[in-house]
Amino acid sequence: MVITAPILMDTLPSAPTIRPATAPAPAATAPAGQAAPAAETLIDIDHVDFFYGQSQALHDVSLQIEDKKVTAFIGPSGCGKSTLLRCLNRMNDLIDGTRVAKGSIKIRGVDIHQADVDVIELRKRVGMVFQKSNPFPKSIYENITFGLRLQGVTNKARLDEVVEKSLRGAALWDEVKDRLNASGLGLSGGQQQRLCIARAIAVEPEVILMDEPCSALDPVATAKVEELIQELRTRFTIVIVTHNMQQAARCSDKTAFFYMGKLIEYADTRNIFTNPANAQTEAYVSGRFG
Amino acid sequence: MPATHHVFRAQLTSARRREGFIFFLFGAATYFVLLCGAVVIGTIVVRGAGTVFQARAPFINTTFFTEAPESLHVFQYQGRKMELGDAAFRTFEAAHPDVAKGKSDSYVYSAGGIFPCIVGTVLLVVGSMAIALTLGVCAAIYLNEYARDGTFIRFVRLAILNLAGVPSIVFGLFGFGMFVIFFGWNVSLLAGWFTLAFMVLPVIITASEESLKAVPKGFREGSLALGATKWQTIIKNVLPYALPGILTSSILGIARVAGETAPIMFTAAYVVRDKLPWQVDKFSDFFFQGVMALPYHIYVVSSKIPQNEYTERVQYGTAFVFLLIVALIATASIVLRNRLRNRYKW
Ligand SMILES: Nc1ncnc2c1ncn2[C@@H]1O[C@H](COP(=O)(O)OP(=O)(O)O)[C@@H](O)[C@H]1O
Ligand SMILES: [Mg+2]
Repeated sequence: MVITAPILMDTLPSAPTIRPATAPAPAATAPAGQAAPAAETLIDIDHVDFFYGQSQALHDVSLQIEDKKVTAFIGPSGCGKSTLLRCLNRMNDLIDGTRVAKGSIKIRGVDIHQADVDVIELRKRVGMVFQKSNPFPKSIYENITFGLRLQGVTNKARLDEVVEKSLRGAALWDEVKDRLNASGLGLSGGQQQRLCIARAIAVEPEVILMDEPCSALDPVATAKVEELIQELRTRFTIVIVTHNMQQAARCSDKTAFFYMGKLIEYADTRNIFTNPANAQTEAYVSGRFG
Repeated sequence: MPATHHVFRAQLTSARRREGFIFFLFGAATYFVLLCGAVVIGTIVVRGAGTVFQARAPFINTTFFTEAPESLHVFQYQGRKMELGDAAFRTFEAAHPDVAKGKSDSYVYSAGGIFPCIVGTVLLVVGSMAIALTLGVCAAIYLNEYARDGTFIRFVRLAILNLAGVPSIVFGLFGFGMFVIFFGWNVSLLAGWFTLAFMVLPVIITASEESLKAVPKGFREGSLALGATKWQTIIKNVLPYALPGILTSSILGIARVAGETAPIMFTAAYVVRDKLPWQVDKFSDFFFQGVMALPYHIYVVSSKIPQNEYTERVQYGTAFVFLLIVALIATASIVLRNRLRNRYKW
């Protein structure tokens, strides 16, 4: 086999924009004086067909997800939003009989289905927050440090530091700082979901995938998570699936509308909601179906 | 106005009557089972208590717990009826030469205690459960987490289920052929451990698989999404939560392993043995010695020797102690299980 691209784990860390800490200014990509720097494509989904066994869930989907932007996937239930999201960190590999039959998904130019891509490394870079919040039945502290411990980090001071930083990052620190050793399952629904977000950012991924993170939360908790997304957008590329159109409108820079496994329209969020190009999109965002 | 004519007035319809009757039957069935259990345990406790407890302090018949079985000598001496164990009888004979020779009746196993049987049973339970849990959990992890469902795996599951229905005497004969003869382990702890372990393996594998299945998928996905390998996920984020369930199933296994006679009668049990298991010349001998065991002792005392009031005491006493020990081990596992469950509650 001819290896045509360097493997993912070698490529990603060397990219200049991977860590906010190591990228002091976007000067490298945006020459001074230019008003709006051209957005850089981070994830390139190219003509993807996806199958669960015999049934096709995605039909020829192509879209480019931009770096350090929030991209929302909207569409009626069963249209393939979660499927596409789970393709991005290859969580679908866990389901027997699934395959990307056509097309490719590239992250920073590396095809993530290439044979030499280590799916473990991919998932460290592309974190995920699930629809049903899933804190582990361990302490809050252990939840946050789970990912780092997997990577062999045992230094107590470093772990402490990451716990505080991640919890602050997830706007949860003040609420739980006195009970880090209490079970993560003792938290309220909204806190649990923010704990899962904190757990995901603790390993410093580049991308965070969120699959309807607020669908089980009350309006107040939802507002908190949305606020959090606004704070995280400067440090991470976020892809969020939502069936709540106001949420997509409030949180995202770009929105993709799916219907029956096809990408119908992908544009700036403002355009999707105010001036959609497609009649189906218009019907959906105005609430006439779905 | 009388309240008898409102629309919600209770009426004894036939559906109502049938319901009452059916619920009565269900209740009766439950209490009947309860009654049977109570009769069995009650008999053992009432008739065994005379052997296990005594009227004088310390109220527990310590000899019964700490001594090996002896023959009981019953004889008349100066108009009194004497009951003495073997050793005591010899001392007595030496001190009182006027004891009429040959005028005493002796009953095997009816004096002394059952200490070697207790030790043997505990050793058999601990060893075989350790083997069964190790093999069983490994097999369950393989079946539930790694193996891809297919014809072969379905066949394996079917085989395991069927194995659970095999009579224990068949396991005993298998163990005899395999471990005692073919491997040349003779009648030994090791042969008994493996035979008993194989007997409970199907139950443990099936129950472990169920416990693993009960761990929410979200824990697995959450861990994998953080970049854990499958093995890391299982060890850190699945198995710990499944352990309480696995332990629950092993409690049933313990009772079975402790109680079965057939699997050990050809593989590990001695009718009588003078030495205790730790009285061995070298360490490796430990595994290759046979032991006395409670269920086998009950079997021997109640069917291999002439029956009389003296052997009956030992029978019920042993059965009582056996119940106590099973209850003790089961309680220990329940406590352990509850600890774990409280630690990982979801
Ligand atoms: N594990 C699966 N096995 C088979 N089909 C699936 C599976 N998950 C989802 N699907 C199917 O794929 C399609 C897209 O599902 P999904 O991506 O979950 O939709 P959404 O998240 O937009 O509601 C649906 O028709 C659904 O039935
Ligand atoms: Mg979905």
